[in-house]
Amino acid sequence: MSTTTLTHDEAHHHEAPKGWRRWLFSTNHKDIGTLYLLFALIMLFVGGASAMLIRMELFQPGIQLLDPDLYNNLVTNHALIMIFGAVMPAAAGLANWMIPMMIGAPDMALPRMNNLSFWILPAAATMLLLSFVVPFFPGGGTQINTGWTIYPPLSVQVGMSMDFLIFAIHLLGISSVLASINIIVTLLNMRAPGMKMLKMPMFCWTWLVTAFLLILVVPVLAGGVTMLLFDRHFGTSFFDAAGGGDPVLFQHLFWFFGHPEVYILLLPSIGVLSHVIPAFSRKPLFGYNSMVGAMIAVATIGMVVWAHHQYTIGMSLGAVTYFMIGTILISIPVGLMIFNFIATMWRGAMTFETPMLFAVGIVLMFTFGGLSGVMLAVVPADMQYHDSMFVVAHFHYVLMPGAVFGLFAGVFYWLPKWTGHMYDEKLGKLFFWTNVIGFNITFFPQHFLGLAGMPRRIVDYNVMFTEFNVISSVGAMIFGLSHLLLLYIVIKTIRGGKKAESRAWEGAKGLEWELDSPPAFHTWTVAPQIK
Amino acid sequence: MSKAVTENRSKNRRTTLLLSGVVVLMFGFGFAMVPLYNLFCQITGTQSLSQRSEIGRVVALSDGVDKSRWVTVKFDTTVHPNLPWAFNALTHKMRVHPGETYEVNFTAQNRSNETVTGQAIPSVAPWQATPYFSKMDCFCFNKQTLSGTEKADMPLRFMVSTDLPEEIHSLTLSYSFMRLKETETIDEKQGISKRIAVNGVE
Repeated sequence: MSTTTLTHDEAHHHEAPKGWRRWLFSTNHKDIGTLYLLFALIMLFVGGASAMLIRMELFQPGIQLLDPDLYNNLVTNHALIMIFGAVMPAAAGLANWMIPMMIGAPDMALPRMNNLSFWILPAAATMLLLSFVVPFFPGGGTQINTGWTIYPPLSVQVGMSMDFLIFAIHLLGISSVLASINIIVTLLNMRAPGMKMLKMPMFCWTWLVTAFLLILVVPVLAGGVTMLLFDRHFGTSFFDAAGGGDPVLFQHLFWFFGHPEVYILLLPSIGVLSHVIPAFSRKPLFGYNSMVGAMIAVATIGMVVWAHHQYTIGMSLGAVTYFMIGTILISIPVGLMIFNFIATMWRGAMTFETPMLFAVGIVLMFTFGGLSGVMLAVVPADMQYHDSMFVVAHFHYVLMPGAVFGLFAGVFYWLPKWTGHMYDEKLGKLFFWTNVIGFNITFFPQHFLGLAGMPRRIVDYNVMFTEFNVISSVGAMIFGLSHLLLLYIVIKTIRGGKKAESRAWEGAKGLEWELDSPPAFHTWTVAPQIK
Repeated sequence: MSKAVTENRSKNRRTTLLLSGVVVLMFGFGFAMVPLYNLFCQITGTQSLSQRSEIGRVVALSDGVDKSRWVTVKFDTTVHPNLPWAFNALTHKMRVHPGETYEVNFTAQNRSNETVTGQAIPSVAPWQATPYFSKMDCFCFNKQTLSGTEKADMPLRFMVSTDLPEEIHSLTLSYSFMRLKETETIDEKQGISKRIAVNGVE
């Protein structure tokens, strides 16, 4: 097989094509990975800007900058852009870059589909931005003031911007389903000879589980928003009580997608940690098999506990008890992962380069978010915390460290491999500290705000909440601006820097470190033999 | 192209088709949820606490009036967009003694020129108070028909039971007025989740 692959490649594309064609028509996993990562970086700034506007408005009680509908539209956009625009494409970018290099495959299994799944994204992002812009024009209707959950009946009444949003969600869904199919096929069929499933690098395992979750739940969301579209324009009443429908059904469909989505965001970062922590502790990962098992357990249980987002809709006692116990059960396999990470670090020869700093930060702060998650899982307590700022604090503590810091760790860890240059370690550390300190100043006080009763998704608040909101807003400015440093570091590393060796970190293990830094345009055209 | 590469290609195609099948199935599952969800709720009754057995229980008319206790009752009105009516409570809030009968008025006006029939669907918040709020006489028991631009008073006689749990000091009665075909009525006991044929929005 290997020799024929070589001749095939030599015949068709020796080198990278030049100009815009290289990117628009690309079927190369490395180029598509780069495109995904750049797209995610842009979206990170768009989503971050809307978050900073939100925090500016909340700096003082009263209505200063934004009118209520615009405020809620920004809340909606912040969530959708960060989830679908930043975190998922960034994780997909890492997958595209790393999976073929890690499993010794020449490329993804379906390169043309790979091109399609990326190039749908800019179209979807345009749709999403149009949904924001349209209400500013005459006849554009109201803004999307529903939050990212787009619950009916409110979402049925919103103007035409909701239709743009529904189509944006359809496009984003198609894109991630295509990418997932591609990743699963690659991982199942393209591994180098001798690489058994249980010898696969952890990052590949996490993506295999993530991709399966995606193809199971994204179509259900697509179905839900399709029904919404029909309710809005074609006279159906899936969610309209007056026509015999039930608005709560939408909530079930949404959260059937929405809860596993949390694990979709989390797992790729857990995969990154499983490489970063061993590399900088100079020890193999503790409990590889249990890690794989725990991850599958998290994904499986995570599929059937969605209604813990809906405790207050008036489900029966039996139903809420089931969802409560199921939710608390998840903390066991997640705890096992965390203990595995700690055991990996235990008595290791640890050094604290930027990726490792992020990794240690995740272990600490993600655990904290998990703890407030267990608080929220308990039904009587959740009745108090529901829709308060406590929930906002909780999910940012889970998603920022759990998803975003994991991606940062991955970017810093593999940046030398991608660019061939070492990044500036001093700046990297500075970025970590401003980022993490800014993050904690922003979100820690929100726990207290929530416990004191401040509701979320509301533009104005009682004066008694002023102090903590001021602290939170100041933190948000530090946190938001610190990402400019990330941008600077990435650009600087792409343009030059200390030459990276093929094994950029001396503790790093895995096939990707056998390749040059930066790797050739086509790698592993001859599949490596795994002993 | 060698045999190995072709083999790998067809293997990839098989896996891709299989996974695409999963995607299509899950898309269908979303739509299958519509009937299944209704069925599941009817069989297990998990849908709503407010529709559990207590609701069918007739609240015994209290013998006496509890003069020592005050409960605040608030009235809230909603009109479904398919009904061209204005509908408002004349009293928005009142303090009542449990066990005593009170009367309040709502007012409705048909804003269109045609004769339109509608019916109001009541709900009580917090839902725990539902079985303790009894309506002796309510415009919501019947469908209401208003000819073009007609205005009408809608009376309600109600009583809060003395059995109302201690911790409830205030409750809200909310009415949603919906459009109805002339021949149909909404059976309150069946709850609003029961399929009722209603005119669409033109």
